[in-house]
This record gives sequence, structure tokens and C-alpha cells, in this order.
Amino acid sequence: MITPALVLSAFLFVIGAFGVLVRRNAIIIFLCIELMLNAVNLTFVALSRVVGIEGQLFVFFVMTVAAAEAAVGLAIIISIFRHYETVNVDNFNLLKW
Amino acid sequence: MLALVQEGAEAVAEAAFEPFLPGFILLLPFLGFLVNGALALASGKRAADVTRTGGEWTIPEADRPFTHTLPSLVGPGVLFAAFAVVIVNFLRMQGAGLEAPVVVTYWTWIETGTFEVAAGLQLDQLSMVMMLVVTGVGFLIHVFSVGYMKDDPGYSRYFAYLNLFVFFMLVLVSGASFPIMFVGWEGVGLCSYLLIGFWFKDREKADAGKKAFIVNRIGDFGFLIAMFLLYNTFHTLDFVPVFAGAPDALIYGGSMVTTVTLFLLLGATGKSAQVPLYVWLPDAMAGPTPVSALIHAATMVTAGVYMVARTSVLFALAPVGGLVVAGIGALTALFAATIALSQYDIKKVLAYSTVSQLGYMFLGVGVGAYTAGVFHLMTHAFFKALLFLGSGVVIHSMHHALHHTHKDWDSQDMRNMGGLRKHLPVTCVTMWVATLAISGIWPFAGFFSKDEIIWYAGAAAQGPHASWYMLFWVISLIAAMMTAFYMTRMMVMTFHGANRTGEAEQEHLHEAPPTMTVPLIVLAVLSFVGGWINVPEALGHSWIGMFGTLPMSEWLHHWLEPVVGMAVEIRAEHVGAFAESAPIGGGEVMWAGLSTLLALAVVVASVTVVRKWVILPAAESDEPAGGVRSLLYRKWYVDELYDRVIVRPVVAGSRFLWKVVDAGVVDGMVNAVGSLSRAFGFVGSMFQTGAVNTYAFILTAGVVLILWAVAL
Repeated sequence: MITPALVLSAFLFVIGAFGVLVRRNAIIIFLCIELMLNAVNLTFVALSRVVGIEGQLFVFFVMTVAAAEAAVGLAIIISIFRHYETVNVDNFNLLKW
Repeated sequence: MLALVQEGAEAVAEAAFEPFLPGFILLLPFLGFLVNGALALASGKRAADVTRTGGEWTIPEADRPFTHTLPSLVGPGVLFAAFAVVIVNFLRMQGAGLEAPVVVTYWTWIETGTFEVAAGLQLDQLSMVMMLVVTGVGFLIHVFSVGYMKDDPGYSRYFAYLNLFVFFMLVLVSGASFPIMFVGWEGVGLCSYLLIGFWFKDREKADAGKKAFIVNRIGDFGFLIAMFLLYNTFHTLDFVPVFAGAPDALIYGGSMVTTVTLFLLLGATGKSAQVPLYVWLPDAMAGPTPVSALIHAATMVTAGVYMVARTSVLFALAPVGGLVVAGIGALTALFAATIALSQYDIKKVLAYSTVSQLGYMFLGVGVGAYTAGVFHLMTHAFFKALLFLGSGVVIHSMHHALHHTHKDWDSQDMRNMGGLRKHLPVTCVTMWVATLAISGIWPFAGFFSKDEIIWYAGAAAQGPHASWYMLFWVISLIAAMMTAFYMTRMMVMTFHGANRTGEAEQEHLHEAPPTMTVPLIVLAVLSFVGGWINVPEALGHSWIGMFGTLPMSEWLHHWLEPVVGMAVEIRAEHVGAFAESAPIGGGEVMWAGLSTLLALAVVVASVTVVRKWVILPAAESDEPAGGVRSLLYRKWYVDELYDRVIVRPVVAGSRFLWKVVDAGVVDGMVNAVGSLSRAFGFVGSMFQTGAVNTYAFILTAGVVLILWAVAL
């Protein structure tokens, strides 16, 4: 019963990671990160059947943090878009030497 | 009966010497320094303004601020009080018949492991004589300074330095251990530097101060090494145990004691301006003239002689050390005298004369006649202080006369003087007394002291190293005649013949005020009678002692016996007593008569010769060109020689170390390390692309790599 859940979350995580690496649109990258977070959430919930209630507890924390992160991340993306009129991450490489 | 004897012993013990407030002797001048220093700080800005605008106070004397008038009382006042305390102690010591030195300890100064130095004063006959000279002559010079320096804006600063100097000089002569003596030794060097460069706005004067300081450092290095060696042997640096233990701990003529004495001598040659370190003293004349009198003639420069007399036990144990001291002294006496023959600056003549007379003192203590050396130190303090103060009066009045008519002439050049006898009668007479004294004419003070030194040099020429001492004896006789000549030359050029200052200037040449002439008169009296305290017992009934009318007790000799007696005993044990006749026959009376007659003949002859000279004012005469006169005028080119051989190589070497080694190698290495780090940093920074995907990719790749490694 636990294995399909773990396999599913692994698939979701890899899709998210792959999306972060290959996509250029900041919104998409952001959504992929959310996908990775939720894949991990699924793992927590699945494993809580074996390990105990702590797994489900952690999910709440992750969701809270994800909500906060979404608020801040989207705010940044919006302000970037207002400035550059694009959200393509290839244009944003100022943070270097 | 037994009880009676014990009572008698106790009675003797009760009559022992009880020091009377010895700390106050030192504390009073220091207090004067604090007060005058505070006044100097208070008047600092104002005095600096005056210096900037002209250099002399134009404010009438009555309107001057108290910061400028109070030092006239404080400066000489503390010296007088200190002198009074010294006198009380001296009388008590004389009454008690002190045998062993009294050490007064105040607190522990240094305490590290087994090394311990107490802040203590040693009161014995030698330190008492020195304290009498320092405070007595010092007081007279302070009084003179009141008249000499009163128009100087730095008046309070001057007295602060002068008081501080006296304090350190007293530390030097009364310290009970080598380190305490060294504190005074360095302190007087500091004050000497401050006072030579007193008019530091003048670059040349500031440089003279630095020269004195640096040359003295070379000597101080010798003093320090000698201290380390002594500590290594005795494990203490207090005078009493060191000198008591020296005859047992050190082998007579051994390499250890010889090394120690030679290093001590190096220290003494620096402070007492002996060959080869004498070069700073003539330049030291850049300071105010009373300073030259006090520091560079009467007291500080005699510190080396005092030190040899203090450590006489060590020098008696090292015959080679004594020989070198005597040799340096004789060489200096002759060498400086030859230079003095041809100088035109009145203070330069006196400066070289001082170096020469210090050479005599070294000769005296070198041959083992410690009393004679200290005796000459004392009489020299009287007549050389007098000569310098007298030259101060001359310079003072010349300066004012030339200042009045705005004539741009050197007020110290004797070629611009002549005939000052009419204008400065008191100065002329008192300086003649000093001249006769320094020339060694009976019955002036210098005769007794100098003749004793020459006599002992001759007596030493009949023991070990006879040929060397013979040479020194002959040199000392020749230098004595030179002394008579250059001093007479100076007097005649200054005070006699026609005046060369100029018609208009002559009206403004005035005798100094009483604050300046009274010290001259007191010193003249001392220069006359000062030698009578040590008329040899054996000669008292001859003409030397005025057929028994002078006190014949040989007072100073007996007075110093407890201090130098041990050294004399050591010498007598190993070398034997001094000979009773001169190396080529004749007794002391005959030789004394011969030398005083010769000196007198030289004085008389040079008066007649110099009076006939055609002397032109400095502006109109050329410098001596070619031949011996030029060589002597240029001081044997020693300064130039030192410049070429020592100063320039040192400067060039320092420049090499600075430009090549420091700026090139050391800084280069530091810079190379910096550049290398920058280069690595630059390469590393290339990996920072700023592209989010790259970072994400590397992050993911890293995680995968780690997981793979863990899985393996």
C-alpha cells in the first residue's frame, strides 16, 4: 500500500525538479517548486502510516511555509515583471561578480 | 672595664652619620621642574606667538605675566634649598667621620626573579663632593640664567629643563646601584638634548641636539653591556656588594674585569666627550650659554670621570683598562687642545678646552690617582663655569650692541670683539682669574689639581707599561702649555687691543646686571682659592703651600680615602706605590715650579704675540687656507671623516634596507601573496554566472552526486 504512494511522490518530485532545471518562465519554475514540496508532503503522509503521526504534523509546517513562500515569491515575480516586463529568468543574471 | 669599652663603642656608633632629609636634595629640583613645567605649559601659546613674531619679549618687564616672572624665584630657589640640605649633610658627614657608605633605600624599583633593584641613594664622600658641586655651581648658574634668559619667551620652559637636569644629575651621582646611576645618566642626556635644541626653530641647533643624543647612545650601549657583564658575575648591581666582592670574584688583570672596564670606558667617553666620541660637545654649544656652563662644562660631562672614580675598584683590578683610560685621556687632552688653538668662536674655544680638561681628568683617574681626577673635576667646575658664564656676558652684550644697530655680525666670533675690557671690566677681571687657573698658574685652583694629575702620570711611568705612561706624561705637559696659549689668545682677542665691533656698536656694549656679575665674582673667588683644599702634605712647607700658610691637610685626599682607598690598596699590592720622583729625575716641588713657570711664560709670551696680530673682523677676513692652521681650524676634519666613514655608509645602508630590502623584498612578498589571492578569487568568481538555472543545475547535480556516493 505504501509503495505506490512513494513511487508517485518520487515521480512528482522528479517532474518538479526537471521543470525547475529546464523551464525559463519564473512562474513555471515557481509552480515546479510547489510541485516538489507537495511531492515531499505526500511522502510524509505515506510514511506516517509506518513511523507515526509526526509525518502528518510536518505536512502542516511545510504547507504553512509554502504559503508564506508563495506570497513572497509571487510578490518578487510581480515586481520584476513591472520593471522588466518579462519573467524569463535568462534575463536576470545581475547577481554575480 | 668591659662595660666601659662597650659604652665607648656605642658612643662611636651614636656619632655615626645620620643623613638629613637626603630625599629632599633630589625632590627639590624635581619640584622646581614640575612648577616651572606647569608655568611653561600655561604660557605655551603666548610664548609660541612671541617666538613666531620676533623671538624676544617686547613687553616691559613690569607687565610680564607671572608665568614669566615666577621661574626667576622658583628655579634658583629650589637649587639654593637643595644646596643648603647638601651642606647640612656634608657637615654631619664630616663630623661623623664616615667610613662605609650609607645607603638610604626608599622602595623596590625592579623585582624580577633574583634580580632586584632598590630605589636607593648612596651617601658617601664622593657623592657628597659631587652633590656640593652640582647644587653649588648649579645654583650660581641658575642665578646667572635669571639675567641671561629673562627676555626669552621660553623662560619658564628653560628653567623647567634646567631643574630637571639638576634632578637627574643628582640621581646620577647619588644612586646606590648601576641601574639608578643609569637612570640619571640617561636623564641628563635627555635634558642635554632638550637644552641644546632649546631654540629648536633653528635647524642647526635642533640637529646639534640630535647629534649629542645619538653619539651618547653609542656610549650608553657600552654602559649597558658592562652592567650585564657585572650582573652575570655578581648577581646584583648595587654598588656596595659589587665593589666589596670584586677583589675576590674577579682575577687581577683578568679578561672579565678588563672587558667590563673597557665597556664602562666606552660609556664614559660618550658622556664625557672623549676621543672618539667627543664630537657632540663642540656642537652642543648651540644651546644657551648658561647651559653650556652647567651641563657641558661643569657637571654632566664630568659624569664619566665620576663613574670611573666610583668604579675605581674595577679599574684598579684591570691595569689594561686603566692604561686605556689614561691613553684616551692624554690623547683627548692633546687633540682637543690643538683644535682650540685656532678657533675663532669664543664658545668653540671653551668647548674644546673643556674636552681637553676632561682628558686630563681621565688621565688622572686612568693612572690610578682617583683623588686627583675628582679634584680637577671640582676645580674645573669652578673655572670652566666661570669662563662660560663670562663668555655668556660677552655674547649677551655683543648681541645687544649688534641688535641695536641692526648689524648682521656673529656675536660669538672673537674677530668681531677686541677691547671689551673697557666695557666689561668685571667680566674681564674674573675671566682672567679663570684663565690663570686653567693654565695652571700658582696659586690658582687649576695649578694644584692639574699639576697633581701630571705628577701622577709621571709617577706611573715608572711601573708597568712605563713607555706608554711616559708618553702620556709628555703629552700632558705639552697640552698644558697649549692650554695656556689658547686661553690667553682668547682673552686677548676678546678683551684687549683695539675694538673691532664698530664705532656705533661700542656705545651699546654694557656690563651685565648684578644677577650675572655676582655669580662671576663668586666663581672667581672659588677659582682662586678652590685648589687650597688639597695642598699635598709633603709640599705644604715649600713655596707651593706659601711656606705653611695654606692649609696643608690634603683635605680632599683624606676625605675621599674611604671611597677610593680600596682601589689604591689594590694598586699598591700589585703595582707598588707611586714613584717619588719624575721619570727623568727631580722632585714634585721642582716639577711643579717648572710647569707653573712654563705656563706663566707661555701666558706672557702669548699676550705680547697675540696683541701684535693684525685681526680683521670676521666679515673681512678669509678662512685660514692650507697648511696646519687650516687643518686645525677645520678640527682635523674629524666631523667630515665621521661623515664619510660612518654617517654616510649608515645612511646608504639604511637607504638600501629601506628601498631594496623593505620596499622591494618584504613589501614585495606581502603584495605577491595579496595579488595571488586576488587572482584565485577572480578565477573563482567566474563560476558565478548569475543565471538561476545554472545554480539549480549544480545544486541538483551535487545532491545526486552525494546520494550516489552514499548509496555506494
